Amino acid sequence: MSTAQDRKNLKPKDYKSEIKPIWCPGCGHFSVLSAITKALAHLGLAKEQVALISGIGCSSRIPAYVDTYGFHGVHGRALAVASGLKAARPDLTVLTAGGDGDGFSIGGNHFLHACRRNMDLTYIAMDNEVYGMTKGQASPTTAPDWSHSKLTPHGTGIRRFQPAAIALASGASFIARGFSGDPSGLARLVVEAIQHPGFSFVHVLSPCPTFRPEQRAWKQQVHPCDLETTDNPIDAAHAIQSDDGRSLGIFYIESLPVWRSEKAAQRSLSRIEQEFLV
Amino acid sequence: MNHSYFTPHENAVSITITGSGGSGAVTAGLVLLESVARAGLYGLMGRSVGPQIRGGESAAMVRFSSQPVDCPGDRFDLLVALDWRNVLRFVDEIPLDERSLIIADPAAGDAPEALTQSGAQLLTLPIKEIASGVKGGRINMVALGAVGAVCALPPDAMTESAAHTLAPKGDAVVAAATECILKGYDSVAEGRSFAAAPRPERARARWNISGNEASGLGALRGGVRFVAAYPITPATEILEWLAPRLEQLDGTLLQAEDELASVNMIIGASFGGVPALTTTSGPGLSLMMEGLGLAVASEIPAVVVNVMRGGPSTGIPTKSEQADLNIAIYGFHGDAPHLVLAPLSITDCIATTQWGVGLAERLQTVAIVLTDQSLGQARAVIDPPEMPLFTLSRQLADQPTDPYLRYRVTAEAVSPVTAPGTADGIYTGDGLEHNERGAPSSIAADHLAQLEKRQRKLEGFDYGKRWAEIEGEGDICLLTWGSSAGVVFEAANRLRAQGQTVRVLAVRLLAPLRTQILREAIGTAQRVLVVEQNHQAQFFHYLNAQQALPPSAESYARPGPLPIRPGEIVDLVQQGGDV
Repeated sequence: MSTAQDRKNLKPKDYKSEIKPIWCPGCGHFSVLSAITKALAHLGLAKEQVALISGIGCSSRIPAYVDTYGFHGVHGRALAVASGLKAARPDLTVLTAGGDGDGFSIGGNHFLHACRRNMDLTYIAMDNEVYGMTKGQASPTTAPDWSHSKLTPHGTGIRRFQPAAIALASGASFIARGFSGDPSGLARLVVEAIQHPGFSFVHVLSPCPTFRPEQRAWKQQVHPCDLETTDNPIDAAHAIQSDDGRSLGIFYIESLPVWRSEKAAQRSLSRIEQEFLV
Repeated sequence: MNHSYFTPHENAVSITITGSGGSGAVTAGLVLLESVARAGLYGLMGRSVGPQIRGGESAAMVRFSSQPVDCPGDRFDLLVALDWRNVLRFVDEIPLDERSLIIADPAAGDAPEALTQSGAQLLTLPIKEIASGVKGGRINMVALGAVGAVCALPPDAMTESAAHTLAPKGDAVVAAATECILKGYDSVAEGRSFAAAPRPERARARWNISGNEASGLGALRGGVRFVAAYPITPATEILEWLAPRLEQLDGTLLQAEDELASVNMIIGASFGGVPALTTTSGPGLSLMMEGLGLAVASEIPAVVVNVMRGGPSTGIPTKSEQADLNIAIYGFHGDAPHLVLAPLSITDCIATTQWGVGLAERLQTVAIVLTDQSLGQARAVIDPPEMPLFTLSRQLADQPTDPYLRYRVTAEAVSPVTAPGTADGIYTGDGLEHNERGAPSSIAADHLAQLEKRQRKLEGFDYGKRWAEIEGEGDICLLTWGSSAGVVFEAANRLRAQGQTVRVLAVRLLAPLRTQILREAIGTAQRVLVVEQNHQAQFFHYLNAQQALPPSAESYARPGPLPIRPGEIVDLVQQGGDV
């Protein structure tokens, strides 16, 4: 077990594993990885007390690159794995990471219910508005007129999924947006998300230079959120809905009851078995 | 081992109490079953209900004997109708004959011809009138008293059982029930009791337990302390039984949004080092297959109790069938070695679920435990079960190697595992193929090494004698699995009483199949008959695919919803095959 002093001396690079990421040059996910390791170092968390859980996709490869416990599961189910782990092991700091397809399409139902369950989890969704690993299809957050996929040559024609708005409507108690081009700012958001008791949703704009080269312009488009962080869901809804999707900051923090495993007066198994006696 | 199958049942009595939903037929059945226990006897209670929550039909079917009861009988000795409204919906489930007795109230109208044409005698009693003479009186308790008189059950056993069962409803309800039972008892003239009914014996300690409760208990005994839950008939009672008891054992139950979540939640908890289980039925198991493949690949212990019902799709959710064998064995994507087990009786749901948890933990794999509605939603009065002591647990890497090789290919192919919190054991569990370190790898040698490892750890394990229950020697071999065992054992006993030599082989461990020992156990039997409750003869074809059967083996596969009855098997054997 590492001592508190050891942990204070841990640098962000100490939280990186020796495995080299598979990501393309210029991928936003590199900076998200840096932001996570910075946040862990800042908090001085013991590596063995942290678990990073993911599903499938480019961004979901991230657990192997962080030197904490990790689990790389199947597509869309990261939040379910993380919820089971946190429920059974409340002593751990459990982070979940993944992409827009993983979290909002195939994993959409788990996203809704993880928000409303309000377990003490941090969910970092790395959104590049495209399925990268399958080579460039429209995701739920892709604009309806984006016609560069062979799968939807005329664009999807359907409205974009609004992650922050849906998180709010579903009961998430911490909602923020960060940008991979600002790893220090993102690291601060992740620190606050981890410290927040309850379900913390960090929506990260993380460009895909391979399939969405136009996202390089995000650097010029992002801007701080106009409104102060609020605990009023009506104000938060207004801020999120009137937002251009490129504003950064913490939209909403509310103190809501956190899911916890109920405990009753303890009984032995042999006492429980006596119930069957006639 | 369990010897409850040696049951000739010459003195068993079968009773059904029927009525429309809400009439109290099932409550009367529950009290009757407990009365049987208090009278020192054994019993089995099945229930037949429609899909309606209220206002449908319901029937409690109780068979009791001075010896343990593991299957329904061929016929019913007594039908008690609380009303006739919906009885025709399950007339097929209630075989009557000229030796049967029907008790009914003339005020409820005439007995339907479909029942009276059996030749059954009719005993009319003013059930409704008697109940209305008691403040708060209910017809189901009057009828129950009449059953007690016909079956020579002690009135005390009945009133004590009613007091125990109805206690949560308050003293007034108990007092009314007691009076109704006694008046119902007295309403039957002396001399009407069955001569064949088993006589009460000195009461001994008995258990009264359902198959679903037994599976829940087996899970707890196996060390399960995390359960993810999504409700589905007929598995929900396991989850409902576990919910408060996990709280009492410092465990956790988490209600999931769907079965995709529940299976991944148990994977998360088990990755965290906590033995974990979920329960479901057919369609839910289909949804879980993706996650179970992940558990196999990442070598995370995970247990699913699948309580089978009529399928496919929504099928017949309230009725039993053994038709999920194929999906349990073959439903995985990729080459995914795993365990499939099936309890042979209600009692055996305890030990086999416990064994499944232990094996999954010990071998770091998936165990699917196949029970079904006929076990899960039935209750039995049994001897307090002998609890097996397993020494099966997860091999922990307390002092991990540096670097820690999570998926190290060891001599027995099980790799000691860490749980989060272990300082030098950090690793990433992965559904991607990986090397020994756990790093993703698509290298052919890594894939082959890990495939072989996952296969070898299951194939090479010593499962001992528990893989099957084997009874008798003979020219005839009756081969079966899971819940059909009870009926096959009883049929074999009847055949033996007629002078036939019969061997019964009831398989618990379906995968990996102990093929060689199974072949040896079949031995030189002249006639091999494979009995199961499904339409496609899934077990028969599985055994053939494993080359476990002689070419002359015959299949008896019949789908639900009607239970297989012992007489069916006796007739089949007597009709003769090629031999």
